[in-house]
Amino acid sequence: MKPVPVLTPVTKTLFTGTGLTPFIIRRLLTAVVLILGITFIAFSVTQLVPGDPVAANLGQSAYSDPDIVAAFKAEYGLDQPVHIQYITYVGNLLQGNLGISLSSKRPVAEDLREFFPATLEIALVAVFVALVLGVILGTISAMTRDRLPDQIIRVFSLTGVSMPVFWTALTAFYIFFFVLGWAPGTGRLEPGAEPPPQVTGMYTVDALLDGDFATASQAVSYLLLPALVLAVFALGVITRFTRASVLEILGNDYVRTARSKGLPERVVIRRHVLRPALLAIITIAGVAFASLLAGSVLIENVFSWPGLGQYAYKSAVGLDLPGIMGVSMIVATVFIFMNLLVDVLYRVIDPQMKDSK
Amino acid sequence: MILSPNTRKTLKALETPTEKKGKGSTNSIWRQPLAIVGLTIIGVWVFVAVFAPWVAPYDPYSQEFDKFIPPSAEHWMGTDELNRDILSRVIYGARISLPYSILLVVLSTIIGTIVGGVSGFFGGRVDATLMRITDMFFAFPGIILAMAVAAALGPEIRNAVIAITIVAWPVYARLVRGLILNSKSSDYVTASSLLGSSSIRTLFVDLRPNISGPVFVLMALEVGTALLLLSGLSFLGLGATPPSAEWGAMVSMGAVNFDRWWVGLFPGIAILTAVLAFNFIGDTLRDALDPRTAKALRD
Repeated sequence: MKPVPVLTPVTKTLFTGTGLTPFIIRRLLTAVVLILGITFIAFSVTQLVPGDPVAANLGQSAYSDPDIVAAFKAEYGLDQPVHIQYITYVGNLLQGNLGISLSSKRPVAEDLREFFPATLEIALVAVFVALVLGVILGTISAMTRDRLPDQIIRVFSLTGVSMPVFWTALTAFYIFFFVLGWAPGTGRLEPGAEPPPQVTGMYTVDALLDGDFATASQAVSYLLLPALVLAVFALGVITRFTRASVLEILGNDYVRTARSKGLPERVVIRRHVLRPALLAIITIAGVAFASLLAGSVLIENVFSWPGLGQYAYKSAVGLDLPGIMGVSMIVATVFIFMNLLVDVLYRVIDPQMKDSK
Repeated sequence: MILSPNTRKTLKALETPTEKKGKGSTNSIWRQPLAIVGLTIIGVWVFVAVFAPWVAPYDPYSQEFDKFIPPSAEHWMGTDELNRDILSRVIYGARISLPYSILLVVLSTIIGTIVGGVSGFFGGRVDATLMRITDMFFAFPGIILAMAVAAALGPEIRNAVIAITIVAWPVYARLVRGLILNSKSSDYVTASSLLGSSSIRTLFVDLRPNISGPVFVLMALEVGTALLLLSGLSFLGLGATPPSAEWGAMVSMGAVNFDRWWVGLFPGIAILTAVLAFNFIGDTLRDALDPRTAKALRD
């Protein structure tokens, strides 16, 4: 490759070096390209399929009035040619402006600030629960390989990933709300209850910051059921992955050495098996977390949880392109950064990977 | 599409070339209890779908004045808001969910194989471009794009299939590309080109056999995911619409009348059993192909 004259040696190593910083910089640049690519895909795919956002967002009578239609198109830039629309969008995006949602008529950034924390709240609880239970179950499963506990756990975890989440949500709601009366109902708080002052947007955290314990416990009671339903899917994935990782590590020579020098099985598992497996498991939890954000679409629908999923659904039905791209970008960003974080962790921990690009 | 961790692991395992297994081991896949259970469940569903008019006790679309009869001797699964027999509708539902999920997987495989094949075979700039596009689809939250496309095309099961295909093909593209890159450098392909085989011949005669096996396993694993996504879109009202007896759409009627537990419960169980069965089969096949797990099992 010819040397690029513009780059001074210092900046050159910053982009092509093998250290951690050049690695992170390269990955961040790739991330920006990926995110721009996502807007491009969203834009081109939605342009390729027929569908009229004007008809989807205006009422029947308004839609038959050409003046209103023209005004609507002009307001949202829909009267411009497609490539101009896209260039305008990207131009605004680079300045941090995500555009105005066609369905909520508010800036997309403002919508996301409101809806994202709601989903984040249940997804965090779900991943935490799934991670703790999944690592325990997966380890038991691997330790008792092919015996009864393993078979039972395997069938359960496969069932977990095979359940349609909307049905799980519905069934759980019926049992815990309608029959047992343990769950308080749908939404994030009692109807008419005042949400805590927004800091993080997560009601439990905000209420605690505000010192309002009554609201905090109410918020917890409302989020528990949707979060647990969301956890079922992640639990299946993490259990299966933990089992596979532990099985793989159990086959290593150093585990045999540890056992043969008389270490108690408990210590072997904790120190020589789970510790190396944990990194891989955290990877999977990170990826699972990102897919939970998207997977919550169906659950939020059942629990009327005003989060990202409901917003995505409304944007999709309203053919609201800025809304769709806003949600996609936020989910993709979480996904990309989870992967980056994990790769950085790997490089910090595993010295063998330090010199690889 | 955001890859489920499962799929990532599968991709990795499937891309790794395995030595040819002896005759005995291919047979033993079908002796695994989970695979047998899976095959049996699928067999039952296929039978029920094919012979639905004879198996179903009632016409799934006939309506009566009465409604919401709970499960009883006459109506084993009760009746819905239009007093249609839910058992009959679940049975007829197999005629929608199963074929469309399989169609969806086949379409995604075709697109993915073409993209991955071109990418892996020609390499260079073509490969780089196609793979960057594939990466973007990977990072894209699939269900959101699928919802948007399905909404734009209008709620219909056929459109939901198109919408999900658009987000589901990249996984096959990546697998096929990986497989071609792996076997392209092998000696027998080099030998074949040195003997003067055309590229087309190399692709179809020398490379195809190495690709079809892993692709088939991936397809088996993805049918369940396809069924879940498809019924999910129908549940949201973006796929099959009333009066169609689609399982996801039926669960959504259960969500509207959630105090009548039987309306949503049984169609959901139908989805669960079918997906579970495909996962049993796919999982067993994957374990049989995955050298690492196989090694762990031998120890």
